[in-house]
Amino acid sequence: MKPTDIAAPDYFHKVVDCQWACPAHTPVPEYIRLIAQGRYSDAYMINWKSNVFPGILGRTCDRPCEPACRRGRVEETPVAICRLKRVAADFKDDIKQRLPKPTAKNGKRVAFVGGGPASLTVARDLAPLGYHCTVFDGDPEAGGMMRTQIPKFRLPNSVIDEETGYILGLGVEFKGGQRIESMKALLAEKYDAIFVGSGAPRGRELDIPGRKEAAANIHIGIEWLANVSFGHVDKIGKRVIVLGGGNTAMDCCRTARRLGGEEVKVVVRSGFEEMKASPWEKEDALHEDIPILNFMVPVAFVHDNGKLTGITFQKVKAEYDAKGRRNLVPSGEPDQTIACDDVLVAVGQENAFPWIEQDCGIEFDKWHMPKVDPKTFVSTNPKVFFGGDAAFGPKNIIWAVSHGHDAALSIHKMLSGEDITERPLPDVQVSSQKMGIHEWSYDNDISIDKRYKVPHRDKVVALKDIRTEVELGYDVKLALGEAERCLNCDVQTVFSTSLCIECDACADICPMDCITFTANGEEDDLRQRLKAPSAHPDQDLYVSSDLKTGRVMVKDEDVCLHCGLCAERCPTGAWDMQKYFIEMTHAGSTCPTRSRSAA
Amino acid sequence: MTYIAKPKFHHPSLKKNELGYTHRDYEGKISTLCAGCGHDSITASIIEACYELSIEPHRVAKISGIGCSSKTPDYFLGNSHGFNSVHGRMPSVLTGANLANRDLIYLGVSGDGDSASIGFGQFAHSIRRGVNMTYIVENNGVYGLTKGQFSATADRGSKSKKGVTNTDNAIDLVAIALQLGATFVARSFSGDKTQLVPLIAAAIRHKGASFIDVISPCIAFNNHAGSTKSFDYVREHNDAVNRLDVLVGRDPIAVDYAPGTVQMVEQHDGSKIALRKIDADYDPHDRLGAQTFLARHAAKGQIVTGLLYVDPDAEDLHEHLNTVETPLNTLEADTLCPGSAVLDKINASLR
Repeated sequence: MKPTDIAAPDYFHKVVDCQWACPAHTPVPEYIRLIAQGRYSDAYMINWKSNVFPGILGRTCDRPCEPACRRGRVEETPVAICRLKRVAADFKDDIKQRLPKPTAKNGKRVAFVGGGPASLTVARDLAPLGYHCTVFDGDPEAGGMMRTQIPKFRLPNSVIDEETGYILGLGVEFKGGQRIESMKALLAEKYDAIFVGSGAPRGRELDIPGRKEAAANIHIGIEWLANVSFGHVDKIGKRVIVLGGGNTAMDCCRTARRLGGEEVKVVVRSGFEEMKASPWEKEDALHEDIPILNFMVPVAFVHDNGKLTGITFQKVKAEYDAKGRRNLVPSGEPDQTIACDDVLVAVGQENAFPWIEQDCGIEFDKWHMPKVDPKTFVSTNPKVFFGGDAAFGPKNIIWAVSHGHDAALSIHKMLSGEDITERPLPDVQVSSQKMGIHEWSYDNDISIDKRYKVPHRDKVVALKDIRTEVELGYDVKLALGEAERCLNCDVQTVFSTSLCIECDACADICPMDCITFTANGEEDDLRQRLKAPSAHPDQDLYVSSDLKTGRVMVKDEDVCLHCGLCAERCPTGAWDMQKYFIEMTHAGSTCPTRSRSAA
Repeated sequence: MTYIAKPKFHHPSLKKNELGYTHRDYEGKISTLCAGCGHDSITASIIEACYELSIEPHRVAKISGIGCSSKTPDYFLGNSHGFNSVHGRMPSVLTGANLANRDLIYLGVSGDGDSASIGFGQFAHSIRRGVNMTYIVENNGVYGLTKGQFSATADRGSKSKKGVTNTDNAIDLVAIALQLGATFVARSFSGDKTQLVPLIAAAIRHKGASFIDVISPCIAFNNHAGSTKSFDYVREHNDAVNRLDVLVGRDPIAVDYAPGTVQMVEQHDGSKIALRKIDADYDPHDRLGAQTFLARHAAKGQIVTGLLYVDPDAEDLHEHLNTVETPLNTLEADTLCPGSAVLDKINASLR
């Protein structure tokens, strides 16, 4: 193998698995260290810069970082990254002074369709640069799906108000209750750019016999949740069936439990394991005495002269073809009818752009989705950008934020007369953490604690009020314990070939047997000859250039604890622990500036 | 020294030996030696050898004297018996322990100061008596704990870190061990674990006095130009006569070396050593030949490493003394003190 090019920004970025997996590339270990130090406001601001909604995401994020967390490869469970984010939000001081100050307007106007996470991210990035941002939303308040679709017992209004408030406070104009009904009319208002962040607002229908007749008691999940959120709906029948296995279904069933649903069941087509809902959301539903029945396909709504009485299900089983694709085939068991008073249909979401006229210069593909460039987020109309669920279909908040940053950069470049396809490189800093002979600026003593549970409110109390938050969040002590579990993967092991005397001290001390000195070879061959088996070929090998004896140093990055013992036991300083800090380039920082790192 | 304890986590797919232990289970406390010390590599090699042999840690007694090397038993086999004795007195403590309980595996760990200076006589007599043990000297040629004065194994003409030339002749412990009748004699280098680990494993399986001289560079005081025990010097002058694989139990012997280059040596306990010859003419069963070979190469400034001599049918001290099979420490009072009738009989036989 060729010597690893550690100067390539991606190399060390991939080692920080959580940050690499995060769509917004939030510097996770950096803010977790700040939480451990009690510097909650600093931790919050790192998050705020990167993911805009730390308090909201700390409660609701889909957490792509956690399955990626290295800790999950070392022991059973990853670090509770998401809930630590909430800690930063819960314990911070007043951070208003740290927010960007509204600046003099530059005379350019940008319109936003929809006031959800994508639009608000773009506005957050553009407003401080002097753009006049006008956000239109059909709902009276900002937040989009974060406000309408996520139940209050998971995400209180106070958190949404606070974090949308920070953005609107930057001088962003919010026009609530004004749904954009015509793209043509909006274009006619001569905005310099338009950002569409209107989400995926339509719940998918379930067109089976009985749907029309029993319509009065069959509700589309996201619409029903929005109605609950705005107080239009405040009760439901005693026996409720929720159809669907995603996170919306989990929100529906738990909401139903709080509005009078005594026997609430979730019924899914797939197996329990393959459900789309996040494992922790399934857990929370089960905890509230909601059974999840699987391998059952709804075939008809049963009704008595238009009054819903139940749903008939066909029982299926999973079969896998030669290519490993799953097919659900009838199991042969008799159909089952489950009695119910109300049904919540949460079988998916769709995009809908009835308000975009055909002659707006915005082309759509055969799936009726706008043609959007996945890097710049521009549509076929150079002034119109899309992001969030509106761009590529339903995902989640953190993806919307990531899209928003990229779209904001494109809009800023376009309106500055620059080529939007040229994307500036991220700002990367790598600096030694050595403080003394065996002292580092970070806590390298590895905690062996298991993941700490987030305290929940007592179930009886929680189920009584739909606005009572279920999760209480970590207290300071639990947060410290959980923060200590972070392996500091951003503090990189950096090897200098010229200093190495091949004494083997690093290979001997490494608790994870990551380091091997051996003859060079092709990657597949090298992976066979490592001191410990290489279980994850997607994790890179760090290979040095040739050493004095002709061998090379090979480090399997897979399960490195970043404990720094290799560097402590190295007599020549050939190993050093260096903090890698990468900041994605947002609008307004096209020339990366040498900003001081927080720690 | 390192302040933190070595993390308890280990590689998730670490292999386990017959006892269900990983090599991490054979570790001791974290080393307090200087970073990069050759001794730490020897520690790692002992851990590896014991792991590979699936040795039960409580069946090992590790005994040492004084010095950097004699600190190392704290860093391996944390669940074994240990005795850190007086300077240079490891061999007599080990001999005594061995006589009291012949069932344990005895690891004597010493250094060049401990064995070639203050304990030279002790070293000589334990070898001469054929105590069943593995005697490892971690040889760095300097007194590291007192800041790098030449030790008795430092080569004449080699230079200290400050540039002073050594005018005394060196003691070659391997040559002495051969002369005194050790039945397993080897030399190796801390920087060459592929050679050292199987040597330690073979020595542990050997019945009789096994002696291994391991050259172990002192990073702090003896790893400079002019030293003959530095990493660079040893690597340049290392003349390995053979490499070996230790085969224990009923493992099928799959040797894929060219015919004639591998020599099988069966030890007393049935374990086998597959010796891959590098020097085709070298015969590890020829004591006199080994001594000559060693002397000739030493004169040329070469450091001969590998398994230099082995007598697979060696006897040990217990056989010489015709002691009982049962360890003395488990003999019951009536066996140890058979009564006045037996005493009368013995007395009568001496009249």
